[in-house]
Amino acid sequence: MSMNTQGRPTGIGTLSAASTGSALIPDEPLLFEIGDTHHSGVDLPEVEIDDSRLGGFARKTKLDLAGLTEPEAMRHYVRLSRMNYSIDSGMYPLGSCTMKHNPRLNEKMARLPGFSDVHPLQPVSTVQGALELMSQLSHWLMTLTNTAAVSLTPKAGAHGELCGMMAIHAAQQARGQGHRTVVLVPESAHGTNPATAAFLGYTVKPVPAREDGTVDVEAVKAALGPDVAAIMLTNPNTCGLFEPQVIEIAKAVHDAGAFFYCDGANFNAIMGVVRPGDLGIDAMHINLHKTFSTPHGGGGPGAGPVVLSEALAPFAPVPFVRKAADGGLELVEHSEGEALGRITAFHGQMGMYVRALTYMLSHGGDGLARAAKDAVLNANYVKARLQDAFSVSFPDYPAMHEVLFDDSSLAGTGVSTLDFAKAMIDEGYHPMTMYFPLVVHGAMLIEPTESESKQTLDAFCDTMLALAADAKGNDKERFTGAPTRAPRRRLDETRAARSPKLRWEPEEAAPAAAAE
Amino acid sequence: MRYLPHSDAERAEMLATIGIASEDALFSAVPRAAYNTGAIDLPAHSPEFLVEAHMRALSGKNRAAGDGPFFVGAGAYRHHVPATVDHLIQRSEWLTAYTPYQPEISQGTLQMLFEFQTQVAKLTGMDVANASLYDGSTGTAEAVLMARRLTRKKKLVLSGGLHPHYRDVVKAYLKDDPDLVCLPASPQGQGDILDHIDDQTAAIVIQTPDFYGHLRDLEKAADTAHAKGALLIVVVTEVVSLGLLEAPGTFGADIVVAEGQSIGNALNFGGPYVGLMATRKEFVRQMPGRLCGETVDAEGKRGFVLTLSTREQHIRREKATSNICTNSGLCALAFTIHMSLLGEAGFTRLARLNHSRAIALADALAKVPGVEVLNKTFFNEFTIRVGKPAAGVIEALAQRNVLAGVPVSRLEPGKPELENLIVLAATELTTDADIAALANGLKEVLA
Repeated sequence: MSMNTQGRPTGIGTLSAASTGSALIPDEPLLFEIGDTHHSGVDLPEVEIDDSRLGGFARKTKLDLAGLTEPEAMRHYVRLSRMNYSIDSGMYPLGSCTMKHNPRLNEKMARLPGFSDVHPLQPVSTVQGALELMSQLSHWLMTLTNTAAVSLTPKAGAHGELCGMMAIHAAQQARGQGHRTVVLVPESAHGTNPATAAFLGYTVKPVPAREDGTVDVEAVKAALGPDVAAIMLTNPNTCGLFEPQVIEIAKAVHDAGAFFYCDGANFNAIMGVVRPGDLGIDAMHINLHKTFSTPHGGGGPGAGPVVLSEALAPFAPVPFVRKAADGGLELVEHSEGEALGRITAFHGQMGMYVRALTYMLSHGGDGLARAAKDAVLNANYVKARLQDAFSVSFPDYPAMHEVLFDDSSLAGTGVSTLDFAKAMIDEGYHPMTMYFPLVVHGAMLIEPTESESKQTLDAFCDTMLALAADAKGNDKERFTGAPTRAPRRRLDETRAARSPKLRWEPEEAAPAAAAE
Repeated sequence: MRYLPHSDAERAEMLATIGIASEDALFSAVPRAAYNTGAIDLPAHSPEFLVEAHMRALSGKNRAAGDGPFFVGAGAYRHHVPATVDHLIQRSEWLTAYTPYQPEISQGTLQMLFEFQTQVAKLTGMDVANASLYDGSTGTAEAVLMARRLTRKKKLVLSGGLHPHYRDVVKAYLKDDPDLVCLPASPQGQGDILDHIDDQTAAIVIQTPDFYGHLRDLEKAADTAHAKGALLIVVVTEVVSLGLLEAPGTFGADIVVAEGQSIGNALNFGGPYVGLMATRKEFVRQMPGRLCGETVDAEGKRGFVLTLSTREQHIRREKATSNICTNSGLCALAFTIHMSLLGEAGFTRLARLNHSRAIALADALAKVPGVEVLNKTFFNEFTIRVGKPAAGVIEALAQRNVLAGVPVSRLEPGKPELENLIVLAATELTTDADIAALANGLKEVLA
């Protein structure tokens, strides 16, 4: 057992086209190790071609792309899938990411050929249903937020931020306010906020948070000046708190001639309960996956529509849908005046619009408000059950949809936030968000979402309490050695960054292993 | 409210545990002026069968691509997606998993991304690829910004054959920067981009096959750019073309951006799509987007993690390489599965089939009176000039149930010299009957 297998797939070459683990504990080789360039899982006719129209650019080098037959591909990707945790297999209390139930009706509807098999540039007369769907989704978003306009095109939440801030930039250019070069960003903001502002050439000026985790209107007033273009505030914020002075902050920002950008990543906590337009926001993106249950897919695709105030509406990017003179719907594809133009080819994430609207219709206005209240109820229930064993970072206000703990309850145990999270894996839970937000030490951000039942929450809290007791006992190894019941033990992330290996290369003769 | 698990009794019990009397207290931080206790002006919740009926009615008002002859391309293409692909991406472990922040229980997603990165690097002929971007157009904007960081020079030159939407996205990202040079549309394929390269140039951007379908000479472009210390960015909107055409990396491209929709992903009326980006090894730390890297676990077993994240917004905040926070994970998965099913043999066959259908289409249209085929070279898409404004021709053909391509004026309005041009695509799904229907339709409409 002392054979040196560092960095090598275990047992490669001992089995062809099969896993080296047992059938239920997958340990899967790479596609390139099991496939070859002659295998194919797609039957296509071989045709003779005259290559005179290729202008001498016909491929001469080999692609060296491994192929799999259909059954091989099926097994390979099914086996790989079983090395993933998912919301359909267990609770995923990942704060700030919102892992809630993804209804399969959404998927079924998105696959109707009238939505999935439609080209973005086919004649507008042949896609009236798609435009109607976009118009209905816009109506729901504007009603829930009480805003004047919405741009559906952004491809993800961060792209929505970029879109909203570009609209602010365009509006200020149009008003001759190009001297406004500073954007205020509270320390508790998502990292995308300062990145977005800097991306557009703004200078980022941080606004400190109060001890209670919220932003002080006086601190905002002190930072405001004639050079400030906007504030980017996350509300509810990343500490899981609703900003109690948000209306005063909006007024101060507007009085100073600046715009109020709200990061709406956490809109799921307040939909149907608070309309951001009533708070004075000028622009806010909404992550459809967090709030309206589109699939997470191991990352994207996301979708980040942006709602806009009347002042910003003329600066929305194209394309957008509007009522035509004949009562039908038309697509505006070219900007007029000083609008910001186009931020993506085509019309945005139609597949996500279908899923989001399906979810909205399923819940209705009443159900969306109910879902927000249940999400907040669940977060506060977890907070109440865990607060004696874990240190609640900001206890003065109710938690919104997520609750933030710091690592002070682990002080002196030798167990870090990371160790604790890895031990949760062995207990069958996806860990909470760790070390974010940066405003507290060793952050643990828990977001149960409205999907979880009381029974599930109780089981989760019981596990967390038992783990806390173990951490304070003497069983350190259980944490520092975790996970033991996952497809891999702890992975060496430093090694991956120091000598990046970002693609597969054929193994050389592997003399080290052979010589062993 | 079939998705919400609590009964009222459970809610009351939970409120008691929290120690508050009512749900309103959960929102005590919300200013009362903005706290809505009344009903919101939207329809109430619906049973599944009614939601389904509503969505089917909307869907039914669209003409699906598969409902008749179809030749629309211009950056999005209708290809066949094997049933296996759609089945696999709907498995819960792919569909309902999040960003692989906990690598030990996300090895499926991470290994898939490593396979994806390898496939993209091989297809483009580059050293390394990232784990995908939103789409080809935003990827192009990211590529020009990357070129500026790498060269510390400002001037950017976009070819007249670049997809007009891609050009517009770059313009928006750069906010009308005076150092951005956008060359006029070049539907005849005679671009003069090489004349615009000087010592101040950070990069030139060339699409091949270009928006009008012409294949572009990358070797000369790379040599000319490199001689002036500029980078060559190559854009590919039809990734299937790489099965038949030499990889951009072979010619000396520095950054390759592609739209991956053609492989594994449906048309979806424009999104979600999957942006591919690949570059040279030495440029990897300036490449935006997520990267998956190989490493080992505590027992020495091979495993995968997200890596080089010090370029990203969650660590460097305002110093990040971009504001991008995600990738097109599920679309990248569809791409990887479909590409695995094709393999080199299948991918090459698919490309040849596409090209042969396009030749059949071009030859048939060349025989229609009043139609001029502009291209000497093309892959599966080309441009024709007709004797009337193209938008009206396309609409008249749509009335005959033939979706005949894209009038260039839709993307480039107000340019009389482009008004009679149509860009048409054929794929493996284009039948002889489709081609005959289009040729006959054009004859009637142009008569």
